[in-house]
Amino acid sequence: MNRRGTALLEVSDLKVQFAPRGSGLWSDKKGVVRAVDGVSLTLQRGETLGLVGESGCGKSTLGRAILGLVGAASGSVWFDGHEITAMSNREMRRIRPRIQLVFQDAGAALNPRWCARDLVAEPFKIHLSLEGAVLQQRVDAIFETVGLDPALGKRFPRELSGGQRQRVGIARALASEPDLLVCDEPTSALDLSIQAQIVNLLQDLQDQLGLSYLFIAHDLGVVRQISDRVAVMYLGKIVETASRDRIFKEGRHPYTQALLSAVPVADPEHANTRGWKAMTGEVPSPSSPPLGCNFCTRCGSKAEVENRLNIDCDMIEPELISVEELHEVSCHLFPAN
Amino acid sequence: MNKTFQLWNPSLLLGLAIVGLFAAMAISPGLFSSQDPAGLRLEHRLSAPSAANWFGTDGVGVDVYSRVVYGARTTLATIVVVLGIAILVGVSIGSVSGYLGGWIDGLLMRVADVFLAFPPLILALATNAVLGRGLQQTMFAVAFLWWPAYARLVRSQILAVRKLEFVESARAIGANELRIVGRHVLPNVLDPVIVRASLDAGFVALTAASLSFLGLGAQPPTPEWGRMVAEGQKFLLDQWWVATFPGISLFVLVIGFNLIGESLSGRMQSGLHVSRAEETEGR
Repeated sequence: MNRRGTALLEVSDLKVQFAPRGSGLWSDKKGVVRAVDGVSLTLQRGETLGLVGESGCGKSTLGRAILGLVGAASGSVWFDGHEITAMSNREMRRIRPRIQLVFQDAGAALNPRWCARDLVAEPFKIHLSLEGAVLQQRVDAIFETVGLDPALGKRFPRELSGGQRQRVGIARALASEPDLLVCDEPTSALDLSIQAQIVNLLQDLQDQLGLSYLFIAHDLGVVRQISDRVAVMYLGKIVETASRDRIFKEGRHPYTQALLSAVPVADPEHANTRGWKAMTGEVPSPSSPPLGCNFCTRCGSKAEVENRLNIDCDMIEPELISVEELHEVSCHLFPAN
Repeated sequence: MNKTFQLWNPSLLLGLAIVGLFAAMAISPGLFSSQDPAGLRLEHRLSAPSAANWFGTDGVGVDVYSRVVYGARTTLATIVVVLGIAILVGVSIGSVSGYLGGWIDGLLMRVADVFLAFPPLILALATNAVLGRGLQQTMFAVAFLWWPAYARLVRSQILAVRKLEFVESARAIGANELRIVGRHVLPNVLDPVIVRASLDAGFVALTAASLSFLGLGAQPPTPEWGRMVAEGQKFLLDQWWVATFPGISLFVLVIGFNLIGESLSGRMQSGLHVSRAEETEGR
């Protein structure tokens, strides 16, 4: 396998599709759900990329495709010079330790019949065949790393609090010493105070271990705190990516602006001073996305584009183009320079 | 509410006491009866219940009480062997079917459907007739009849459990398929199998007894309740005890198993299933 670039993770034009329920070999392909529809992104070592978007826009599917847990229809995922999308199951299992997943709901992601210690010990057993005292030592050490009292090891998931469960989930992911953690909304099932603890823990772990994160979330506050760069996803496509500060100060895509304007502001006097338009309606079905721009059914700037630029958003799909260095937007309002 | 209370409710305790009593008889019948269950004493034939023969004697003068005690071993052995085979075969086929899916699943489940489509007793009768008379043949015939129920149960459980997130988590960790099925999926589908088995035990005893009643099962002199009922039938009007006591034993044993099964399934529905449903909905 040849190496590509220096990025730890490189996703290019990745598509993930699900066959609709009840379809067979000969059914027509119109009902196919395009959960991820041509996504490209890169992630450098030690970097945190925040991936935001509404529920159902394909964020989690993208994360799982990167881990090889769902198959890609086309496109590729490269991890540290290896093409994950071309791997056999055996090769896949060898690379698994280096990319790990932190689940949204640790309660569901932990086998209810296993106690915390056995759950955390599992990766050590699988990858290093550790046993006895050595295993015990490693498990205790990783309990300490994630801020769990090793005495909790005998408890079953239902006997732990939500925050403790998520720490067990993180410990399980860290046990195989990964380079990349895909965090799939790791805080959205937790109380606010616990959310902050988990985010702080993830940041500390990044500093200590030099991890890279793909941090999937719909909570912009959390994303703002943890991310170096942010990618905004809508209906299976990336619509804007930029550094965290640029997104939050100068987000350009109408969808990014709508998301930002939906964040509650402490002082209502200063709310929405930038005149950003809220969006209306629901996300269209990913099995029949609009012909042109995916966002055209809800976009507040559509009239402007059609009147001023004379481009039909319903028919013509904008491309993701660089508007400034390291800032890409997919909207007709921002043509290439 | 309180799970310990739910688990140890009176009907479960009564069921366990009944089954425990018969199990003790099966393990050491000598403790319960000092008489020979095959000792012919023609001079005492068909004598009524008395201090010497608590349940009376049968047509060849054998003590009915001791035959009932020794018969417990036959019946419980039948239950253990039949359910053992049915669960082993059913769980294996159900796991393969549910986990692999595709045409293998279709094939195995259609085979199971064929079994389930027949009236159970007729199928057991036909199988038993083909295999020949005898206790072992009856055991195999009933097991042959029983496995599809477990295969279907395990398959449906596996279909539900394999989609749960902890299975995906194990895969993400790097566990191979064998480990995922053996350590994560199967242990989480066995509760309903155990409950089902405790409910089935009584019916297995009844089915085996029915086959023996019809002359196919255990052959004399092996004491077997179904056969004893059949033999006592011809004396039923004048010497009621010959058929009645083995019949009552079978009845009480079946009730015992059903009490256990009902309690366990009640507990499973209130505890285990609810928590699993919550886990799934919570996503």
